[in-house]
Amino acid sequence: MEEMKLEANKELNILKRSSSQIGSLQWLKKNLFSSWSNVLLTIISAVVTGYILFNTFQFIFTADWSVIAVNFRLLMIGQFPVAEIWRVWTILGVLTVLLGLSWGLWKGSMAHVAVSIGAIMLIMVAMPFIQMSTRLILGGNIVLLLLTFFIGTKLPKLKIPVIAVWLLYIPLTIFILNGFGVLAPVSSNIWGGFLLTLLIASVAIVISFPIGLLLALGRRSSLPVIKYFCVIYIEFIRGIPLITVLFIGQLMIPLFLGSGVEISNVLRAMIGMTLFSAAYLAENIRGGLQSLPRGQYEAAQALGLNKTYMMTFVILPQAIRAVIPACVGQFISIFKDTSLVAIVSLTDLLGMGQKLVANPEFLGKQMEVFVFVGFVYFIFCYLMSHVSRRLEVSLGAGHR
Amino acid sequence: MESVFAVEKLTTPLEEREDIVTVKGLNKWFGDLHVLKNVNLSVKQGEVVVVLGPSGSGKSTFIRTLNALEEFQDGKIIVDGINLTNDLRNIEEIRKETGMVFQSFNLFPHMTILKNISLAPIWVRKWKKQKAEQIALELLERVGIPEQANKYPGQLSGGQQQRVAIARALAMRPKIMLFDEPTSALDPEMVKEVLDVMKRLAESGMTMLVVTHEMGFARQVADRIVLFDHGEIIESGSPEQIFDNPQHERTKLFLAQIL
Repeated sequence: MEEMKLEANKELNILKRSSSQIGSLQWLKKNLFSSWSNVLLTIISAVVTGYILFNTFQFIFTADWSVIAVNFRLLMIGQFPVAEIWRVWTILGVLTVLLGLSWGLWKGSMAHVAVSIGAIMLIMVAMPFIQMSTRLILGGNIVLLLLTFFIGTKLPKLKIPVIAVWLLYIPLTIFILNGFGVLAPVSSNIWGGFLLTLLIASVAIVISFPIGLLLALGRRSSLPVIKYFCVIYIEFIRGIPLITVLFIGQLMIPLFLGSGVEISNVLRAMIGMTLFSAAYLAENIRGGLQSLPRGQYEAAQALGLNKTYMMTFVILPQAIRAVIPACVGQFISIFKDTSLVAIVSLTDLLGMGQKLVANPEFLGKQMEVFVFVGFVYFIFCYLMSHVSRRLEVSLGAGHR
Repeated sequence: MESVFAVEKLTTPLEEREDIVTVKGLNKWFGDLHVLKNVNLSVKQGEVVVVLGPSGSGKSTFIRTLNALEEFQDGKIIVDGINLTNDLRNIEEIRKETGMVFQSFNLFPHMTILKNISLAPIWVRKWKKQKAEQIALELLERVGIPEQANKYPGQLSGGQQQRVAIARALAMRPKIMLFDEPTSALDPEMVKEVLDVMKRLAESGMTMLVVTHEMGFARQVADRIVLFDHGEIIESGSPEQIFDNPQHERTKLFLAQIL
């Protein structure tokens, strides 16, 4: 009796072991080769995938990436004067310090942003075609990031100053880049490359969000003047293509301002992108406001909270949290749409790519240039969507 | 002895006290629908008034007009000496003095229990954060769930959430508490814990207007019962009068249906 039990146990063990050994084989059989039609589909898709992968790798390893290596600086910062390049490094350094401190102070989502930016710098350091000086500066930035991270964890008092510098960061950047009489002037007409892409996108994102918020609140206002102004603005902007808005910006803004005031092309593009994106954000945020049950408004009112407190503490935090994915989708969309400024004769990353391709020296190198440009866009868009997912998780605590 | 909910308990008999809520000739329409028809009611300080009536009789609408969650078209409402008009400042003053508990709790899901309770005292009453949180913790103790202070509403049971909602309303130190079917959304086993808190609150001397279907609570706790039907008050009186010797035909019909 006992022996039989033992025997049975042994057999069971063997069965168990073999099942874990042939687990993957069985999985293949069950999921990919369960019937004739399945086998056929599996083979066809394997061949197609293999073909695409093979050609992709063949392209990557046989392509002539020297066009990127030679023009790397142009692609990144356009025709910014070489003598003034320290300004770009300065603003990158300030960004690194801010990121590092925020990472140490707040952890959470800031950690993901900081680590991702650090990883991008690390990848760039490893690129074979980067100049040694650039490599050293980037490496220094990585060290700076880690150093400020430790400072941040040790000094929680820095929270308020860090927020203040974040708020000032974009004006500071524009000031350093332009000079405005204090430093040697570098006209915004020669700003270009990925630097320009980032500048236009961040200005548009940062400024359009509060405008969109006001528009969304205005559209639900009980005052008809405010309400209809917001409705007309939102519907008008959503009814015309971005390119049209950009052209209007280029042609109409100088017309409105008269001949006395000169506004640079870059600023006009920024204004156009901001106004355009604000209308879409307003609709996203309005969706969030409408998703809240009426009981939340009533509970806040019944407690005696006035409208400002009710909105600030009860309604907006919930509404915005509900629409983070939609808003980040809009941010990503703005980021990619900055490539349209090439049409109004600005040379952003894509515009610089086009100029390179048009240069007879780099004839037939379109593939390399555009694959690289696409890759840069992808990295940053993916970073944004990754951070937004983390943000949802970390803000979702207790929500349900 | 200090009352548990920091209400000033009066010892004078009910009849001799002053009115804290006065409603005169109140009329309200939803479009063509006449939902409140010439309602007159006054509530004494420390009185517990239970409002009964079939669903759709206008009883919830009635108590929601008292803190201006619903507008009214005709009549007069005076709460704690403040005349309720369209003036936003008047409305906010009245809301400060009246706490409200809803059927669906309406806690703020993105804040901890402690923040839920201390939000209005900090921003409306302008109390120091420390004082407001101290009071919030005390109130949580009184409603029997001090250990939940740092959780979020979604982590609590329905009965616990409703007790937090009561604590949140009480944190403003209101003079009047309005309850709009506070136990209707609860599972049966959680009704008692909420009613117990309300009973203790009534004993401590709080002025309360309660819309409910809990007949046991009405009989035991109410000083006066008011019966609503088709937007008007058809009968009012002590629990004994209403339950044991109803006068109006529709009162008898209503009681027959639910008892």
